[in-house]
Amino acid sequence: MSDAATALREPWPDLDRQREGVAVGIWLFIASEVLFFGALLLGYAVYRALSPEAFRIAGAETEVFYGSVNLLLLLTSSVTMTIAVDASRHGMRRTVIACLALTMLLGAAFLMFKGFEYSADIAKGLLPGAHFPLQPPQTQLFWGLYWVMTGVHAIHLAIGIAIVGALAVILWRRLLPLESPAILGVATYWHFVDTVWIILFPLLYLVDRS
Amino acid sequence: MSSSQLRPMHIWLRPIAVWVALVLLGVASLGSAYLPLNAFNTPLNLAIAGIMVILLWLFLMDLIGSDALIRLIAVAGLVWLSFMFALTFSDYFSRACEDQPGRPAAFCVDQTINRGAF
Repeated sequence: MSDAATALREPWPDLDRQREGVAVGIWLFIASEVLFFGALLLGYAVYRALSPEAFRIAGAETEVFYGSVNLLLLLTSSVTMTIAVDASRHGMRRTVIACLALTMLLGAAFLMFKGFEYSADIAKGLLPGAHFPLQPPQTQLFWGLYWVMTGVHAIHLAIGIAIVGALAVILWRRLLPLESPAILGVATYWHFVDTVWIILFPLLYLVDRS
Repeated sequence: MSSSQLRPMHIWLRPIAVWVALVLLGVASLGSAYLPLNAFNTPLNLAIAGIMVILLWLFLMDLIGSDALIRLIAVAGLVWLSFMFALTFSDYFSRACEDQPGRPAAFCVDQTINRGAF
């Protein structure tokens, strides 16, 4: 049985229709995720409009170096993921697995730098609470949103790393054919996680730098 | 020749070209944040982020080569998001100063002409 025939699942008549079904499903999921992160962005927008000076003071304290390095890492990981998808369509198994492994490593590097950043933030006492070092009190709104937004994003990324790793192992052990649309679904999710960071970067790291 | 024997270079070219564009835009965003543009810094940074997302969605998530149905679903999430922002901000923009959260009464004394918060 060919790889394409193995990849085909009920009830799809052919692989193109199955691929389309996977794309519809993952994009519907992403539309729901847009609204999930959108609620956090809306909260940020409202509070920043109400307390612009507090957000200016609070935003100047974020670690722009770590934020920028992480942007570069995620942009690069999106490229390796895209190459993995394209390579899978051309039957380039080793390239697919290598690119998936590289994507996973870049994601792990993101989390490592995020850990360094969180450590620096905590050392500066930037956890909202009784002894928060910045004034006025509304600066805590910025930092509350910072922890929630970056934390939820990191959870999404960690899930993405696990899924990409599992997919790489499954493909390596030939439990799934390269033609499987599952690779497309995983890649689309990964790109969305990258999208979120592209939006968060200017909102959290580029406030009041001039 | 089977598909597995093909080694097309174009699978590398487009993603790398998009990566170069994304990195340049990221550097432009970071650099512009240090320019004294005052109120225009954030809109510029967000505009650059918007262009980056469009590039990513069109070329790396392959919306440009997708069916109309997929594009419709992708845009639908953004449309509902715009409704959420529009409805919420129409409420905040139209509230009297005294009804705004975080506004002390003293702040609102001189706000009798412009009753909106912003």
